[in-house]
This record gives sequence, structure tokens and C-alpha cells, in this order.
Amino acid sequence: MTEPHLERGSIVSRAVSHNLFWPIVALLALIAANTIRRPNFLSITIMDGHLFGSLIDIMRSASPLLLVALGMTLVIATRGIDLSVGSMIAISGALALSYIQASPSPNSITTVVPAVLIALAVCLLLGAWNGFMVSVLGIQPIIATLILMMAGRGIAMLITGGFITTVNSTPYKALGSGWFLGLPIPSWIAGLTLVAVLLLCRWGALGMLVEAVGINPAAARLAGVRSRVIIWTVYIVAGLFAGIAGILLSADTMAADANNAGLFYELDAILAVVIGGTSLAGGKFSLSGTFVGVLVIATLSRTVTILGISPLITPLFKALVVILVMLLQSPVVREKLEAMGRRRRRNRATGEAVSA
Amino acid sequence: MRRLSIDSSRLPVIGTLAVLAIMLVVGGVRYSNFLTLRNFGNLLINNSFLIALAVGMTFVILMGGIDLSVGAVLALSGIVVAAMLRDGFPIAIVLPIAILVGTVFGLMHGLLIHYFKIQPFIATLAGMFLARGLCFVIAPESIAINEPGFAALAGQSFALGGGFRITTAVIIALVVLAIAFYLLHYTRFGRTVYAIGGGEQSAVMMGLPVARSKVLAYVVSGTCAGLGGLLFAMFSRSGYALTGVGMELDAIAAVVVGGTLLTGGSGFVLGSLLGVLVLGLIQTIITFEGTLSSWWTKIVIGALLLVFVVLQRALARRNE
Repeated sequence: MTEPHLERGSIVSRAVSHNLFWPIVALLALIAANTIRRPNFLSITIMDGHLFGSLIDIMRSASPLLLVALGMTLVIATRGIDLSVGSMIAISGALALSYIQASPSPNSITTVVPAVLIALAVCLLLGAWNGFMVSVLGIQPIIATLILMMAGRGIAMLITGGFITTVNSTPYKALGSGWFLGLPIPSWIAGLTLVAVLLLCRWGALGMLVEAVGINPAAARLAGVRSRVIIWTVYIVAGLFAGIAGILLSADTMAADANNAGLFYELDAILAVVIGGTSLAGGKFSLSGTFVGVLVIATLSRTVTILGISPLITPLFKALVVILVMLLQSPVVREKLEAMGRRRRRNRATGEAVSA
Repeated sequence: MRRLSIDSSRLPVIGTLAVLAIMLVVGGVRYSNFLTLRNFGNLLINNSFLIALAVGMTFVILMGGIDLSVGAVLALSGIVVAAMLRDGFPIAIVLPIAILVGTVFGLMHGLLIHYFKIQPFIATLAGMFLARGLCFVIAPESIAINEPGFAALAGQSFALGGGFRITTAVIIALVVLAIAFYLLHYTRFGRTVYAIGGGEQSAVMMGLPVARSKVLAYVVSGTCAGLGGLLFAMFSRSGYALTGVGMELDAIAAVVVGGTLLTGGSGFVLGSLLGVLVLGLIQTIITFEGTLSSWWTKIVIGALLLVFVVLQRALARRNE
């Protein structure tokens, strides 16, 4: 008689203690709030063979953040952090747009391809520089990447000459606001990257190696894991992904603003990773968690607009969501919640015993 | 006879002093009117709020933590000053409340970090977003401060001869520095801060009041940020929600350039003052140069940070 009760209780408690429970609850709550305010929030219409709707907009606007957050997840899993991604976004956009602006035929695909490749190559090198500082020189990640974070915006200014570079280039613009098979191109790029990283980490050995380095670098080294190479790799990957994000963002606005492009992206990415349940202490990481975290942040920005609140106040809601999710995930509160659940079950069990 | 030996923890500060001296000499040779007391006074006046931030940040970094919220808290406190003065509150109430804003934020950070075990980076990041959002809730536009009492206080300047002139804000910043120096080097609290930075576990085992000191260090940093907002309001005579974006990075850079290790446990608050002066001098030199664009400031600060971090790392390796 009591068995089904227990079973259900245990499923619920297992769900509640799952890493992604609270982030997903937050996401659903945001979506519910939006749907109440705007009943057509969830509707998706087809126009000219493209999908349109708020959810599609969120998918598009979340794409650059997803790319940056994926790189950040790997870096954080090795006990690191990369503060320079926002600056790399600015550098990448500045390089690509300056190249296109300087070329005689901005609309040609032969201009856009090298522009993108140059931007990505430079970001790869910057990532390698971060990796060198952390893995070879042994400088703490936070300070090693702080250097590039500070100098990077200056470098981006140097590339654009202090102006906001604007250009017209149809193929480049398509990268930011084009469509492919009904979905926005940025979503394809970010989605495919997510799948690629998932495959590499969960089917390949990369995930295990990264976790090994993050859990105990010394033990990993003794076990034959080349920690130095792994650490170097994750910073390079983070740089590359930030570069791609920079291309997508600059292609969306078709302007390279060295001061504001990618501003606070590093912080949003770190928030997404942490909301997704990856600990800043390194080790175990969750790519699906990061995906949920990115959706929470992107939906939150959208919610603020839909609810008619000034977008300037968005940081306030971000802070509230983060504090709430972090508190619910913190070991202290978790123990309390679990103890409360146990007590309630015990009370119910004794109550039933008495009534029987 | 005592052998002349230099404590290795002092080496970074000596490096900072050397950089400062080189910059002064180079500036003095290249530009007339550079090595003047007036210019030095201006350096202090333009950076009084950064001194306050760097002093608070030193406590947190010495403990092995970090406070990313100080720039946003500075803006919030500045806006509180401007908005309350505009609404006619007396200055004697406004000033303490502005500082208290910072204290409350610091307390929140300390409690989140110590009792809920949230990493300092994330807790203070949330604080940063919270403060920035609150700024816009209070006033999205810049508020000018016209209250005569406040203007008189902020505009009061003290000529100390030879063109050396400082404002009330500078005096407040230097008093804060002196208090911090006393706290860190002559009190139980200060010694505990160093001990936590050296190793929290050992500090707990030694029976030091780790919990209280940890929370208190964040309270100090928050309070300094609140005070920094007040000083910035005195400096700019206005409150604006977007002031201090990225200022937490300047404060961290000043502390690191000032010779405090980011891992905690080693460093001096007076070094942080030197760090602020070095950052300020870079700005001054680039202004004096005239032909260099302002973004070179960022690149030079980044490069300088790089040199200091690599040198500190080399020193640490030698000691190992």
C-alpha cells in the first residue's frame, strides 16, 4: 500500500536533487511568465520558408553566448577561467569588418572567407597565448586572462582606429541574420558546435581527460594524461569559439564597436556555465547544463522586454536568478531541503501507521 | 653588523617602486611641467576613488578572494548620493547612507560566500549585476549635484605650498589607507586575513576567527566601494548609472601591480597605493604625450600587468 507512495517520493526527490532541476524550473517559469503576458509567445509561424516566433528569436540571440559558454565550460572544467572572451569577440569582429572594409569588393565571397579565416586565426592565437600563460608559465587563469581582457579592447580599438567600423557585405551579413533550412544560420553554427563538442567529450576521450585534469592535475599527470596539452587545448578552443561568436555578433549588426562588442559576455558565459551546474572548482562538467544555462539567460533578457521593463534593468533580474539558483544548489540549502523532505515522508509514514 | 637582506615578499613592492621611479624620470625628462607638485596633486585628485577601491580590494585579495562588484557598487553609491541630495535630504544623512549601501553589499557577499559556500567570483558577480540593475532602477539618466553644502565640501581644496593642492576626497582616501594599514598590520583581524590567505584550513585549525574575519573582509571591501562612490560623486559632481564600468579591473590591476599575490597571503596595502599611482601615471604620460590615442592606456596597463605577473611567478618559482 505504502510502496507506490515511497516510489513516487523517491522519483520526485531524485528529480529535485538532479543538477538541472532548478535551472530547468527557472527556464519553464520564465517561459510561463512570457506566455501569460503574450499568449502567442510559444507560437511559431512559417513565412517565406523560414520559421518565425519568439522561441526562434531566442535561439538566434542565444547562439553567440552558447558558443562562448561551451568554450568556457571546458576551461572551467580544468579549474580555469577565461575572462578575455569578451575582448576576443571585439577583436574578431573588428578584424573581419576592417578587412572587408579595406577590400575593393566587399560583396564577394572571396573577400568574406579570408576575412573570417583571419579573424578566427587571430583568436586561435590569442587563445594559445592564454593557454601558454596558464599551462607553461603556471600563472593563475584569472589573472592570465585578465591581461588580455584589459589589453584586448585596446587592441580592438587599434584595429578599428577608434571608430565604429560599418560595412555592407551581403555574404557576411548572412552569417548573422541569414536562414538555412528554415532556421537562423547562427543557430545552425552554434547547434552543430554543441553537437561536435558533445561527441568529442562524451564519445571521445576529451571529456574524461579534461575532467581528470580538473579533478586532480597532479594525479592526472601521474596517470599519463598530458595536462599541459589538455589545458592548452581548452584555452585555444575557448579563443576559437569566442572568435566565431564575434563573427556572428558583428555580422548581425554589421558594425565593429571595439568598446561595446561582447561587453560582459565573459560574465554571462560564466553565469550560464554555473547555472548549468558546473562547479567553478573544476572537474565534472555538464554541457547540457551549459545549454540550459544559456537558454535561461537568453530567455531572461527576452522576458524583461516582453514584460515591458526597461532593458537597462536586466542585470537586476539576472542577479536575482543567479542568487536564487546558486542558493538552491548550495550544499547548505540542499541538505536542509533534503532533511525537510525526509522529515515530511517520515511524518506521513508514521501518520499512516497510526491511522492504520 | 646586520646583513642587508630583503624579504622576498617585499620584492614585488620594490619592483613597483622602481617602475614608478622610472616613469617619473622618463616623464620628467620628456615633458616640462611633469615633475611638479601640482601634477602630483592632480594625480591624487584624479584617482582618490580608485585608492579607496584598491584598499578594499587588497583585504579581499590578501584573503585569496576577489570582489568583482566594486565598480557597480561605486556607481550605485554615487547615484544614491546624487538622488538623495536632489530630493532634499540633509547631507548629514546622505553621506552615511551612501557608505552603508556598500557595507550592505559587502555583508551580503560575505554571507553568501562563507555560509552558503558560493564561490567569491560568482557571489560578487551577482552583486555586480544587482548593483548595476539598481542604479538603473533609481535613475537611468545622469543626475547633477547642485547642493551647495556638498559642492563646498567637494570643492574645498587645501594648498600645501609649491602648487601642491589636494581636495577633501584625497584626504578621505588617505585616511582610509591609513586605517587599512593599521587594521592589516596591527590588529588580530589583519593577521587573520593574512592567515586565511596563507591557508584557510590551517587558519581554522589555529583557532583563528575565520568565519567572522572572512565576512568582515568583504564588508571592508564593500564599505570602501561605497566610500569610493562618495569620492567619485565629489570628483564628478554627479551620479550616473554607467560610471565605474570595468573599474573593478583597474582596482584588481592596481593591487596586483602593487605586489599583492592573487593567491593571497602576501602583499601590502601601501603597495596598492603605489599600484594606483602607477596606473594613474600611465594615464598622465599618455595625456602629456598628446599624440597617443587613449586606448594605448589599456594596452600599456595590460602589458605592465603581464610583466608583473610573470615576475611574481618567477619569484614564486625561485622560492619553491
